[in-house]
Amino acid sequence: MVIKDLNTTIEKTSMDKRMVNWSDRIFEVFEDTKVKTGISTLLIVTSLALPYFASNYVLEILTNAYFYMILCLGLNIVVGFAGLLDLGYAAFFAVGAYTTGILSTRLGINFWLTIPFSILFSAIAGIIIGGPTLRLRSDYLAIVTLGFGEIIRIAARNLKITGGASGLVGIERPIFFGMKLYQNQHFYYIFLLLVFLAVFVSYRLHNSRLGRAWEYIREDEDAAEAMGIDRVKFKLYAYITGAIFAGIAGSFYAVKMTSISPETFQFTQSVNILAAVVLGGMGKIPGVIMGAFILVMFPEIFRSIGNMRMLVFGIILLIIMIFRPHGLWPEKNN
Amino acid sequence: MLNIIAQQIVNGLIIGSVYSLVALGYSMVYGVIKLLNFAHGDIYMTGAFVGLAVLTVISGAVGAGWTGIILAMIVSMMIVGLLGVVIERIAYQPMLNAPRLSILITALGVSLTLYNTVMVLTNGEFRAFKTDLGYEGISLHNIQISYTQIVIVLATAALMIGLHIFISRTMYGKAMRAIALDQDACRLMGINVNKIIALTFFIGSALAAAAGIMAGVYYGSIHFFMGFIIGLKAFTAAVIGGIGSIPGAMIGGLVLGLLEAAGTQLPFVGSGWKDVFAFAILILLLVFKPTGILGKTEIERM
Repeated sequence: MVIKDLNTTIEKTSMDKRMVNWSDRIFEVFEDTKVKTGISTLLIVTSLALPYFASNYVLEILTNAYFYMILCLGLNIVVGFAGLLDLGYAAFFAVGAYTTGILSTRLGINFWLTIPFSILFSAIAGIIIGGPTLRLRSDYLAIVTLGFGEIIRIAARNLKITGGASGLVGIERPIFFGMKLYQNQHFYYIFLLLVFLAVFVSYRLHNSRLGRAWEYIREDEDAAEAMGIDRVKFKLYAYITGAIFAGIAGSFYAVKMTSISPETFQFTQSVNILAAVVLGGMGKIPGVIMGAFILVMFPEIFRSIGNMRMLVFGIILLIIMIFRPHGLWPEKNN
Repeated sequence: MLNIIAQQIVNGLIIGSVYSLVALGYSMVYGVIKLLNFAHGDIYMTGAFVGLAVLTVISGAVGAGWTGIILAMIVSMMIVGLLGVVIERIAYQPMLNAPRLSILITALGVSLTLYNTVMVLTNGEFRAFKTDLGYEGISLHNIQISYTQIVIVLATAALMIGLHIFISRTMYGKAMRAIALDQDACRLMGINVNKIIALTFFIGSALAAAAGIMAGVYYGSIHFFMGFIIGLKAFTAAVIGGIGSIPGAMIGGLVLGLLEAAGTQLPFVGSGWKDVFAFAILILLLVFKPTGILGKTEIERM
């Protein structure tokens, strides 16, 4: 046992040394408070002003990037903060999107009123999935979440109320103080606002008692339990919070696209979101945002190579993981 | 009614054989380095395509009958086995001390790479797996069993018996079992751990390739996304049997195949829900008996 620990320590330190390279130094610059404030102000101002001079194409891509940022920040709570692997995150996103879709197309409920239901149902989905499975070992949890993700998608494809394989169409656009939201700019600002909200909530959670409990569980479950942290309960909180993020994002996705189909919520969707979180740096909020940005920009930049681009994506993912196993912009205390 | 049940048992055994072979690779790799090799389903798919390519090349000389298929199977098992070793060396070896999530993402990266390589190479089209086997078979009381089906089950049985002898009787098999117990102690005892891990990947990938070719022969066509769902099912099978346990993977595959065949016959469950059925079994099992049928209870480290 001692030898084993020693061994891993030696290997770890040599690995850490190798990892202090040029890219770490780049990111270290951002750790300085002044630089941090400056850059975030610049980013916020640019993103707010962008619709006045950017083309519709750019706005569309960025809106999409914001949407993934919300999902990634939500998954980051589960994976990054609490250290639970979730391979079926798209299921929660599906629950939110279908809740809004079904309530507004079948019952004619106003979009804004469907959001509380989305929150409720995605939280319930989080409890159903998390409740019985969070006692399991982490890799089993991965497979159970994967299985649940597939169950939700297959259920959406086979049920009548979800519109079967063709999904739901004609979801009403939301009305905001008498103004119908349909233009690219409208959704750009909505999703940007949601990103701000998600970042704010993430930071607050990270620095809260809950966030510290998650960190403790992530680092050493047994020690956390010995200190009186109810690990199943706190893991479940992480799960529910993550699910709610995805549920809200799903609701807005439904009204932005006006149609949803089961194929949107495939396993690859969950994988993409997870890949963005791990790529950016689990637990590191700016890192996760960067990961989501890369995830959306990559196919756009490499559009010219057609169906080769996912191949290139896979290879790049491999290379990054081999050389930076903690992600591009990892949390310091790793 | 009895006929339907018997026919479903036959179907279940055949699909279960394929699950078992793929599940073995999952279980062996998990047993040795505790990695869920997400790329395993794609190795199975690659195996099917390599098999088809080899068969196409050699069918000019020996035809696409049994001789051709068996030769193609042996050759592609070697090729895909080596591919498995290369993957292990490039992608997993440097990651063994990295955080667990990172190595899982690496496995997903390997999966994406294989999947998309085959997609690009085949333009995303279905490929016919042409053989000269025909559809002859025997019929017992209205139950149709083709010779292909019989051979698939027999070949699976032969591969499994071979593997069992290898694991239980040879030095390499002994080393593999020892590594599963304690890697560091093995290193101290002078076992070349890296070599044994490579060997595990070789055998697991070769078995997946064999399963891929069998599925190709059985269904008559192959496509680049065939690995995904089989990968999930095989994992389910491995968990049902008890992950890390080799006889468990064999039993788990057959059990899952039979359960699935039975599930499609339930009055309110159509074939559209077939996959839900498999996952529901998996989840229930993990919740109530996470060690599976033959798995050992693991004592949590304190």
